[in-house]
Amino acid sequence: MVLMEQEAVVVVVIKFKTPFEVIFKRSVKKSKLHKLLTLAVLSIVTTLSQAAVLDPDRVDVLYHNYEGGGMKIDGPSILLRKKATESVAFTAYYYLDTISSASVDVLSTASPYSEKRNEGQLGIEYLHDKTMMSFNIRQSDEDDFLAQSLSINVSQDTFGDLTNLSMGLSYGDNEIRRNGDDSFEEQSEQYRLRAGINQVLTRNLTANLSIEAVADQGYLNNPYRTVRYVDNSIPSGVGYQAEIYPETRNSFATKLSASYYLPYRAALFFHYRYFSDSWEIESNDAEIGYRHPIGDAIELELKLRYYQQSQAEFYSDLFAYQDAQNYLARDKELSDFDNITLGIGVTYMLPDSLSYGDLRSEATFQWDYIDFNYNNFRDPTAEGGIGNEPLYGFSANVVRAFFSIYF
Amino acid sequence: MIKHIVKSALLFSFVSLTGCASLSIEPWVKPYERQNLADPIMRTSRHPIANMHVAHVLEAREAARGADGTGGGGCGCN
Repeated sequence: MVLMEQEAVVVVVIKFKTPFEVIFKRSVKKSKLHKLLTLAVLSIVTTLSQAAVLDPDRVDVLYHNYEGGGMKIDGPSILLRKKATESVAFTAYYYLDTISSASVDVLSTASPYSEKRNEGQLGIEYLHDKTMMSFNIRQSDEDDFLAQSLSINVSQDTFGDLTNLSMGLSYGDNEIRRNGDDSFEEQSEQYRLRAGINQVLTRNLTANLSIEAVADQGYLNNPYRTVRYVDNSIPSGVGYQAEIYPETRNSFATKLSASYYLPYRAALFFHYRYFSDSWEIESNDAEIGYRHPIGDAIELELKLRYYQQSQAEFYSDLFAYQDAQNYLARDKELSDFDNITLGIGVTYMLPDSLSYGDLRSEATFQWDYIDFNYNNFRDPTAEGGIGNEPLYGFSANVVRAFFSIYF
Repeated sequence: MIKHIVKSALLFSFVSLTGCASLSIEPWVKPYERQNLADPIMRTSRHPIANMHVAHVLEAREAARGADGTGGGGCGCN
């Protein structure tokens, strides 16, 4: 540790002294000396004082639509960010989900339903030289679920601004209710701890490594969902009981991503993430994206993503009998499955004649097609007999249309 | 799990410290060589509102969570 500090000091001394030693030893003319000094000072200033800047002020208005697997979810969203000074910016976010669900879970054990979810976020960013700090509060509100959380993030540019280090913490508190049962009220809490390093590798390539640990405790079930088990004492041959989940869940995710600038002005993006948790779920996902400008007014985006996960240790599509084990789950999101996403997006930079005043505006349309394949979740609404129904799968279309104004 | 967190914290501290100690290595991409990296098409957060929606959709449909770059805060999904 001491050696490291000494090494750093020596280097700094060399870095600052060398240009001046060279200048004075050569006893050059006064005018030339002035020029060299100015150049030296300028180069030091550009090297050492590339202070970060806050993102520009902007407002985004979005319409989103998700349709697939018997679910339709859509609604508006607004994101606003505004600088108060050169070092302080505020953000505000509103999001609405209008959900109508007739998913395979719902059709097999309940009736289709509809509900709304409102989400709001407020944030503040503070930039001091090369350090960025942000604080964010968030609330998500449904008839039967209230989630509140706060997050703090700090990031620091270092090493000639080639490296950015970041850390963050979040705490969330959830209140869970069950519609039609006023006596039901449960709680859960979530802690998140994350860190990242972003590194400029070449003049065309940057890489990022992020890690995040998430710890949940409390009531983690879905209060409506049931598992099914073989019951030969009833004519249907299948009985249902409520899911039972552990009261803790700890997970860890690591993501490596890279962005590469292609010689003809286009960008290539890649990421790989590995996830594992205390419920013995492991997942891998990888994505490749490509952004290509066409002329000055259009940007085309393409993406391909693959995701795969193993099932939770207490998951089963069909338990052998009632109360077969301590923990029981038949949530398809906890089963063994994979999905593949194909995405396309187009951004149109509006000409001045179509923009409001002299504000720069953009219109973007993005469409993702996601295909889900479940390897141990059968479709109970299909024919085939208990436990022999075909495996379930569905595809979803996800659309985002939004308008962005920079001011 | 705790092992994972401790390992990661140590790794992060090591990276931070060696980052400071590596001042002896000159930054190899100079500020005036970063115009390609500064091009808006290189920004992963080019459309932040879209990224937030993508993260929400995936977190509701998949068991994996975390390290997605959106800052965290949970899904609020039921």
